[in-house]
Amino acid sequence: MSETLLRVEKLDVTFAIPKRGALPWTKPHYLQAVSKADLTLARGETLGLVGESGSGKSTLARAIVGTIRPAGGRVLWRGQDLTQYTPAQRRAHGRHVQMIFQDPLAALNPRMNVGQIIAEPLATHRPEIGATDRRRRVGEMMERVGLLPNLQNRYPHEFSGGQCQRIGIARALITEPELVICDEPVSALDVSVQAQVVNLLGALQKEMGLSLIFIAHDLSVVRHVSNRISVMYLGRIMETGPAAAVTATPAHPYTRALISSVPIPDPKLEKSRHRPILKGELPSPMNPPSGCVFRTRCPIARESCAEARPPLEPAGPKHDVACPYHDEVEAVETAK
Amino acid sequence: MTDAKPLLRVRDLKVTFDTPDGALGAVNGISLDVGAGDTLAVVGESGSGKTQLAFAMLGLLAKNGRAEGSVMLDGSEILNLPDSKLNKVRAQRVSMIFQDPMTSLNPYLRVGTQMAEVLQLHRGMSRREAMKESAAMLDAVRIPDAASRLAMYPHEFSGGMRQRIMIAMSLLCRPALLIADEPTTALDVTVQAQIMELLSEIRAEFGTAIILITHDLGIVAGACERTMVMYGGRVMEAGPTEKLFEAPSHPYTLGLLAAVPRLDVAQDELRTIPGDPPDLLSLPPGCPFAPRCPLAHPPCRETMPPLVPFDGDRVRACHAPTEEVKP
Repeated sequence: MSETLLRVEKLDVTFAIPKRGALPWTKPHYLQAVSKADLTLARGETLGLVGESGSGKSTLARAIVGTIRPAGGRVLWRGQDLTQYTPAQRRAHGRHVQMIFQDPLAALNPRMNVGQIIAEPLATHRPEIGATDRRRRVGEMMERVGLLPNLQNRYPHEFSGGQCQRIGIARALITEPELVICDEPVSALDVSVQAQVVNLLGALQKEMGLSLIFIAHDLSVVRHVSNRISVMYLGRIMETGPAAAVTATPAHPYTRALISSVPIPDPKLEKSRHRPILKGELPSPMNPPSGCVFRTRCPIARESCAEARPPLEPAGPKHDVACPYHDEVEAVETAK
Repeated sequence: MTDAKPLLRVRDLKVTFDTPDGALGAVNGISLDVGAGDTLAVVGESGSGKTQLAFAMLGLLAKNGRAEGSVMLDGSEILNLPDSKLNKVRAQRVSMIFQDPMTSLNPYLRVGTQMAEVLQLHRGMSRREAMKESAAMLDAVRIPDAASRLAMYPHEFSGGMRQRIMIAMSLLCRPALLIADEPTTALDVTVQAQIMELLSEIRAEFGTAIILITHDLGIVAGACERTMVMYGGRVMEAGPTEKLFEAPSHPYTLGLLAAVPRLDVAQDELRTIPGDPPDLLSLPPGCPFAPRCPLAHPPCRETMPPLVPFDGDRVRACHAPTEEVKP
């Protein structure tokens, strides 16, 4: 866990939204999807990214992969700035970073057979490998992810959801990447199958020394797989820290609310648990609140929160939080 | 189950679909009782038949589906009634909310129009009265500024708001029973918590019985008094939620509970249930869970174990003795 693989510094991603009914040369609205995000990821580490839908977690991931151009900030891959790469360099970089997607069936081309699907990244990124060797590697990879290699000629629709996700994992790992970004990889799967896929990812990570960025809205899954967790809200990182610390002693009021909304499969505990439920909904990212973006839903918000965006400050060992008043959350919550 | 005359009484319900590959048994003999104001959770993975069970009760099966058995509502049979009679039942006694609120609302109609239509049709209200009642109901599901929202279209609402509208709409005729099919699966956890809280408030306010169909054991724990676990179209285990979670007595329930990662406990590796959900076209002759069951022995593959009562108010279908199934 020593070598830093990826460092994201003050990353901004903005999308231009054309004004309704306006002429084409009118200046569009700008939507800030990610704002000044900082991340570091060490070799072999798993970073969990959590947040509600619309919090910018997938956008951040796509900026790291390089499919979106950031508006500002830097993405450093082993010290090299990805945003300065030429298109050819960026394509070559694709070999090191791969993705796994949420909907396993939608992520697979229905007109290609499984062998072709898994072999495609290999043909793109390592054309020097011959067809026979490629087929052999595909077979080996299928075995590793728990699929029978003789199913190479089948098509995606012949597989169950869990098996399709295994195909997606095989396709991501065939180029021997160093970083795999998993965007909600298990949320479309049944509970029993979800556990299989989570365990498989963990085993493959150990075996191949992968780094993972694990995006999910399900905190209990994220806690289970991650070494560290970053919590996002409206494009901002609110809290970053070791997985156990963030889930056991969350500092930011938003993280606390998120954790209290996760149901626990234990009726007795569930009845006795104090559950402050977050009221309202995510504000529009087109028009975010001033200062701290969470203040409109925050139980301990005060006037000064509207003035300036609070910086990430240490709240414990390797545990940063973007709330200057986080010490008072507990007192306020118990008083209510 | 204590009521002499339960609100809903289902006996030996079977649902079969005629497919090009042969008959597919989605629900294979399910019985259940729901009393007034009860909450029952129906838990199962995809393909367990939980949704088709609800669809069959309300006559919503696809054209190639057939339902057999008996579904008594307030003591009268409603299974396979003609649509004209069912429509009355569906609107006034039982209503249903679905997983994806966007596809259940008509995108071309204003929310108020859709809601008022229900009241005009089934309660014979005038348009003006109906609009007033609709606004009151939106208010009851905690939609702020309800009256002005009536003029909005479904796409102008967020997912959580749309689900609230669905709930409001399903409550317009004050049904005695609300069937909620995965009502929070498409929503964020924070919104899920809001919707679950709303459902329990609704139940307290209107005394509506709720059948909650879900795959998420977490939300069941906090929301329902009784739980029924389904697999391959059959009941594996049913009983009071607390007992079922504390001492699961069926290997499938046990596996399901162990496979859920928990926020409050650190685990090294998740316990998994090997294999895939069952293929309903070729269910084994015995217990449908036998191919994936760690405790399966020869009789399990040959005969389906009957549902046997134990521990007072629990039932389970398993050949293995209760003592062997230990968490």
